[in-house]
Amino acid sequence: MTMPITARFHLDYGIFKLAVNLTLPGSGITVLFGPSGSGKTTLLRCIAGLQHAPQGFLEINGTIWQDSERQIFVPTHKRSLGYVFQEANLFPHLNVKQNLQFGLKRIGKSAVTDLSHILDLLGIAHLLDRAPDRLSGGERQRIAIARALALNPEILLMDEPLAALDFKRKQEILPFLSRLHRELNIPVLYVTHAQQEVAQLADHLVIMDEGRSLASGPLAETLSRLDVPLAQDRNAATVWPVTIAGHEAEYHLTHVAFSGATISLPSFEAEIGTPLRLQIYARDVSITLQKPTDTSILNVLPAVITGIADDECGHSIVQLRLPRTEATAGQDSCPDTSQSNMDNCDQTGGQPLLAHITLKSAKLLRLRVGMPVYVQIKGTSILN
Amino acid sequence: MLTDSDIATLWLTFKVASLATLIMLIVGTPLAWWLARTTSRWKSILNAVVALPLVLPPTVLGFYLLVLMGPNGPIGKLTSGLGWGTLPFTFSGLVIASVLYSMPFVVQPLQTSFAAIGRQPLEAAATLRASPLDTFFSVVIPLAKPGFMTGAILGFAHTVGEFGVVLMVGGNIPDRTRVVSIQIYNHVEALEYNEAHWLAAALLLFSFSVLLVLYSALKTQPVAHPLK
Repeated sequence: MTMPITARFHLDYGIFKLAVNLTLPGSGITVLFGPSGSGKTTLLRCIAGLQHAPQGFLEINGTIWQDSERQIFVPTHKRSLGYVFQEANLFPHLNVKQNLQFGLKRIGKSAVTDLSHILDLLGIAHLLDRAPDRLSGGERQRIAIARALALNPEILLMDEPLAALDFKRKQEILPFLSRLHRELNIPVLYVTHAQQEVAQLADHLVIMDEGRSLASGPLAETLSRLDVPLAQDRNAATVWPVTIAGHEAEYHLTHVAFSGATISLPSFEAEIGTPLRLQIYARDVSITLQKPTDTSILNVLPAVITGIADDECGHSIVQLRLPRTEATAGQDSCPDTSQSNMDNCDQTGGQPLLAHITLKSAKLLRLRVGMPVYVQIKGTSILN
Repeated sequence: MLTDSDIATLWLTFKVASLATLIMLIVGTPLAWWLARTTSRWKSILNAVVALPLVLPPTVLGFYLLVLMGPNGPIGKLTSGLGWGTLPFTFSGLVIASVLYSMPFVVQPLQTSFAAIGRQPLEAAATLRASPLDTFFSVVIPLAKPGFMTGAILGFAHTVGEFGVVLMVGGNIPDRTRVVSIQIYNHVEALEYNEAHWLAAALLLFSFSVLLVLYSALKTQPVAHPLK
């Protein structure tokens, strides 16, 4: 399914207002990111129909679920969706298998055997006879995900599914979510306030604040936007999709390729061709005007400055873009090519990048928009 | 030992209490559900009305029922008009009075149980394609089982123990309205202490057993159910 999702909601509770108008991709994981109270959960609940926004329009995969102008509001139980709550919300009076069957029975199926793929994917096949109170938090949440997916819904909605888990349990579930990401062909809307989950899971990112969406676009583009608070954060980073290009055993290095260029990382085990996400913190990126010839830093790439902002605390945030090479002209940095109305998706450039440097350096180097420079990447981290 | 007329009053008491409990569960369940979920301003008023029998002297409730259901009361006129006669001093009248009198003992445990379920299981069920009615039967009732048990047992036991309302509305008619508590009163009035002892002891034993069973069951059953 690739039809875009249209979601427009307007509600006003006095102290809290929600006003969004979003077009989201019909595939991949869209992360709704923002602080508590920013309206991301309310938005998800409006999409599920658990909350009824008095003014709203919602179209998923060609089906209208809400259109307040035409008095259409499809109740939640008639929407083809899967919903994973912050707490697993398993029915305590049913065992795992009965929990999984709850929804299946209501769409006229009952065989859990059809679910073997989902059970394997989430590693829960051995838990079927257990009662929910005999499961760990991580197991419960995996079963809640399987229960939602069992119905083969047209969209999966996840409301901070990891927030109630400790660090160890989060690490237990994240790999499953990454696997789901690769194997599911339905769109996923994922609410979180954790930057790490954004970097690890998002294809498309919506940044929410005070009931509005500040930005919506492909992950790398949105992370590097200067007009959202994320770029100013001390942990600001961009995420690039890369593939393993080769290993250099002699120096314990692994090379990864993206958009025609390659960079070197400390070596790690992975087959050539494996797709990965590479996270580059803005504080690990420095800028030089000339190509440095005698530097200890291995990863030096040409780039063009596309934006500069000051945080008024002595730092400059520089937005850069790597040149788009011939080799990648056919490959797209923007996964949503079918949607011409997707904002903020510059299809002419290569990968975007952020650099945090001192205000003084920016002045001394006389950095300005449009200037060709070189970036030195001091460190990166591999996600998933 | 128990006389034949004692046995008859025991049987009548059992019939009244069973029927009243059944009616209270049927009427009380939607009422308790509404009270547990609503934010309407009528909630406080209805809560107070349901709880009234807890504080009102039974004679007051009985008196009003007698007046309302009597030949000149609005309910009495209605039932007479429908050809059913009047309700006071009949088995039906006794059951209706018992329902009103014992209702808080059924509604309040149910209301507490329903409120404890919270909205999460209901929302989970909705996202799993269960309609609201389906959710009520497949999720709410199983999760509120302790509330139903408590409500049914307390409602039944409290009806068995009523006296004042019965005396006002039902009177003292053998096989129709003479229940155990009235029979004990009759024995005592007639100075038949021996007979009164037997019946009183039977009622004491019954009440204690019911409460013992209830509290044992509730101890092993998880009462609160925050969703796991």
